[in-house]
Amino acid sequence: MNTLILRTVAPALTALMLLFSVFVLLRGHNEPGGGFIGGLIAASALAIYGIAFGVGAVRRALRFHPMAIAGAGLFLATLSGLLSILFGVPFMTGLWVYPRILGLEVPLATVISFDLGVYLVVLGSIVSIALALEQDSETEIPDAEVAQAPPLEQVPLRGKRRRRDRQPRETR
Amino acid sequence: MAASASPAVDLSAALVLTPPPLGDWLVVLPVVLMIGTGALLMMVRKSVRLHGAIAIAALVMLVVLDAALLWRVSLHGPVTMVMGRWLPPYGIAFTADLFGAAMALAAAIAALAAGLFSLADIDAAGRRYGFYPFLMLLMAGVSGAFLTGDIFNLYVWFEVLLISSFGLLILGSEPRQIEGALKYALLNLIATTLFLIAVGILYAIFGTLNMADIATKARLAPPDAPLTTLTALFVLAFAMKAAAFPVNFWLPASYHTPRIVVSALFGGLLTKVGIYALIRVTIMLLPVEREALSFVIAVSAALTMLLGALGALAQMDTRRLIGYVVIAGIGNMMAGVAVGTPAAVGGAVLYALHSVITMTALYLMAGEAARIGGSWSLASLGGLYRRSPGFAAISFLLMLAAAGLPPLSGLWPKVALLKAALDIGAWWLAAAILVSAFLLTLALARVFLLAYWRPQPTPAVEQPCPTDWRITLPLAGLAVVTLVFGVFPEPVLRLSQAAADSLADPQAYINSVFPGGRVP
Repeated sequence: MNTLILRTVAPALTALMLLFSVFVLLRGHNEPGGGFIGGLIAASALAIYGIAFGVGAVRRALRFHPMAIAGAGLFLATLSGLLSILFGVPFMTGLWVYPRILGLEVPLATVISFDLGVYLVVLGSIVSIALALEQDSETEIPDAEVAQAPPLEQVPLRGKRRRRDRQPRETR
Repeated sequence: MAASASPAVDLSAALVLTPPPLGDWLVVLPVVLMIGTGALLMMVRKSVRLHGAIAIAALVMLVVLDAALLWRVSLHGPVTMVMGRWLPPYGIAFTADLFGAAMALAAAIAALAAGLFSLADIDAAGRRYGFYPFLMLLMAGVSGAFLTGDIFNLYVWFEVLLISSFGLLILGSEPRQIEGALKYALLNLIATTLFLIAVGILYAIFGTLNMADIATKARLAPPDAPLTTLTALFVLAFAMKAAAFPVNFWLPASYHTPRIVVSALFGGLLTKVGIYALIRVTIMLLPVEREALSFVIAVSAALTMLLGALGALAQMDTRRLIGYVVIAGIGNMMAGVAVGTPAAVGGAVLYALHSVITMTALYLMAGEAARIGGSWSLASLGGLYRRSPGFAAISFLLMLAAAGLPPLSGLWPKVALLKAALDIGAWWLAAAILVSAFLLTLALARVFLLAYWRPQPTPAVEQPCPTDWRITLPLAGLAVVTLVFGVFPEPVLRLSQAAADSLADPQAYINSVFPGGRVP
């Protein structure tokens, strides 16, 4: 699957799909959408990136292990429910604040942070599965080619280098 | 903006508007704690050295929370909290009555013991694989199943504990484990699907999933509603989960494959969740239909008991043997369900509590025996008494408890069940309980004779086997629990009887969910 066409299109497609997944996540409060479907879209975006540039490129772009992302999402969702203990309302009650950001009233709620948690859980677990499945067909792609993989990781260069340094310790 | 334009809405018809007392939070906190800790452990998945400490701290807190919940329920009656303020039956309710709270506490104690044992038993590879996150999520599922007051939510917790049990079952990815996990997964998925189908039918009949609401409506159901079919489906699904005859074959085929701590958790907790659901649905929700099926359940119970005991007699592998002991215990609890009088259900509840503790301890004991003796097989184990008299004494107590002999906690539920069976004239069920107990005694005596008293058949190199507090403490702790409740059974007997009474007459439960009374 490592064709020139795919490798050219994949970064743009991934970026677009990630953006769209956030849109679907936020839209989900009142209209069709939400954390689950948003997380699926984001996971498929990363899967496309993985097909084009290999599993290693996705792992470097993500910076955190997918299961850790899923854990963070689960933790965020739990906290969103638990927050209501401070306000004298039952578990999982939606709590709202309306801060003014740049002169615009932005309604924020534990509902959204819960949905964001769902988004991260779905993203983390599906990416984790997808990467594990892709890992097997991964062996024939030489590491040099993976290192060429452009866009997404041009941004977090710092993270990439740190990741490299940590490599020997992780394999221990 | 839109809210200010629309006419004022009476929110009190849909939402809980009074702040819930802090004590009510005890119903959801066990589940929240376990999910939160599981998530935290997933986030720090690389630092496996932290895992054990975090998990044990969380399990200790779980025991404290469940104990506080049980204390509150025994003082003030059932406790309810609805999710997101929505009033039941639309909001999902978590309701803890005596039965649920007691089971949750017993499960937490067993999990704490298994957690301590795992500090010694689960190596770095197992931890990196995610033993502790899976353990936390398993306990979230188990606690959720015991504390929820919504039958679809019960299904969700079944799924949660099932998925984490898959993870635990294949910890290490040995081919043998994959084979066991496949059988386990297949049978459990069928059972869960049957459960889901039954929930669908139930919703079609009653239009509600809230247990208190169902309990109210089932007593006023139209005579043409297919309630017996529904109950039969539930019984089959839960009997499969609990490993009752004739759908018990998956348990001995899979429970001996994972790490011994995982076997201990499964043997102690998972089958009991099936029994819990069976008692909850048949005794509290659909008592009339249970009456119609009681003969079928009784036959299944008697056969489960006898086959479990005979299977235990025939096995040479200690883990398989204990698997059959678990099955024999399931038969006893099913007998309580089959008889169905409050006294019998009290016996079944007591048996379930006893079984959670004892079966976990038995599996851990087998693990320690294998560590000292170097084998799982009764053919090559031997001389354990000489090598570790203290461990032999603890094992002896646990075997007495599992066989149902005095002065351990196994005696009282069997006495209660026997009396209840004889009271309604089911002498053959009583006979099955006695014969099964006798065969179990033989099977466990055989273990003690071969593995403990007999000199070691192949004189292995006498390597010193240091005692490890992480192993001795949970084993001794569980043995003390079963000993204390065997010698002073009064409080637990009263507790389980009260739990059974409130299952037979769930008015307090219904009042807790619908404080103003439910208009059917």
